[in-house]
Amino acid sequence: MDLNIFWYLVPSVIMFAAGVYGFITRKNMIAMLISLELILNSADLNFVVFNRYLFPGSMEGMIFTLFAIAIAAAETAIAISIIINIYREVGNSDVASVKQMRF
Amino acid sequence: MDSVANIILYFVVAAIIVVFSIMTVTSRRILRSATYLLFVLIGTALFYFQLGYQFLGGVQIAVYAGGIMVLFVFSILLTRRPDEETARLESYRRRAGAFMALAGTVLLLLAIFYMPLVGGESLAGSIEAGQMITMQDIGHAMLGTDRFQYLLPFEAVSVLLLSCIIGGVVVARKR
Repeated sequence: MDLNIFWYLVPSVIMFAAGVYGFITRKNMIAMLISLELILNSADLNFVVFNRYLFPGSMEGMIFTLFAIAIAAAETAIAISIIINIYREVGNSDVASVKQMRF
Repeated sequence: MDSVANIILYFVVAAIIVVFSIMTVTSRRILRSATYLLFVLIGTALFYFQLGYQFLGGVQIAVYAGGIMVLFVFSILLTRRPDEETARLESYRRRAGAFMALAGTVLLLLAIFYMPLVGGESLAGSIEAGQMITMQDIGHAMLGTDRFQYLLPFEAVSVLLLSCIIGGVVVARKR
């Protein structure tokens, strides 16, 4: 029995689908952000798996995932600061309570 | 031929990822769902280690499991009570989400299994086919300007992080 490429892609697909489900059904903004992290994470895993199995001589998938992790960290920090600001303005962090954006 | 230990490790980690990613999106307590996300991220890091990318697994644990999770827990505790449960979902919304997720899963699995992917029959063979990635390789790839070297994106990420720090302070400060 060998671990071929499909074995790693299937958990990644399930992670992605769970993220999509959470992103659609959640109403709290932080919970939506958590679902978004699942989606990003499954994309990162796919980059690394394709790099390992299809192009084992190079490391571009790994480098791309490194940059993706750095950008995801920056994006999460900004999103959380925006959510905290919205919480201060309207008193909760549900998407439905944000009717208009203003600075 | 992959070793039995690798296959057992694969099944354990895959089960962790599948179970906890579903629990992340279905748990009604948001602090618990953040904790389940932590397990998913650690499982992904274990996959990176197993695939032979030790540096990437370390970065995943340090940045995601160490940094982003702390941000999540702090923001959850700042914006709501920890024992507060989210309201039960309307059924149409849950049905829409489940439909989208299932349709996406079926489509992606069909795409994966009909895709003509060549090479990479076993994990051990793929790891042997590639050279061992050392820290020197990563350093040269990050700080060089030749082909397959990434100094410009590296510097762009550093500018991005700086602007992210400033933006975070500006957006979240008290007025």
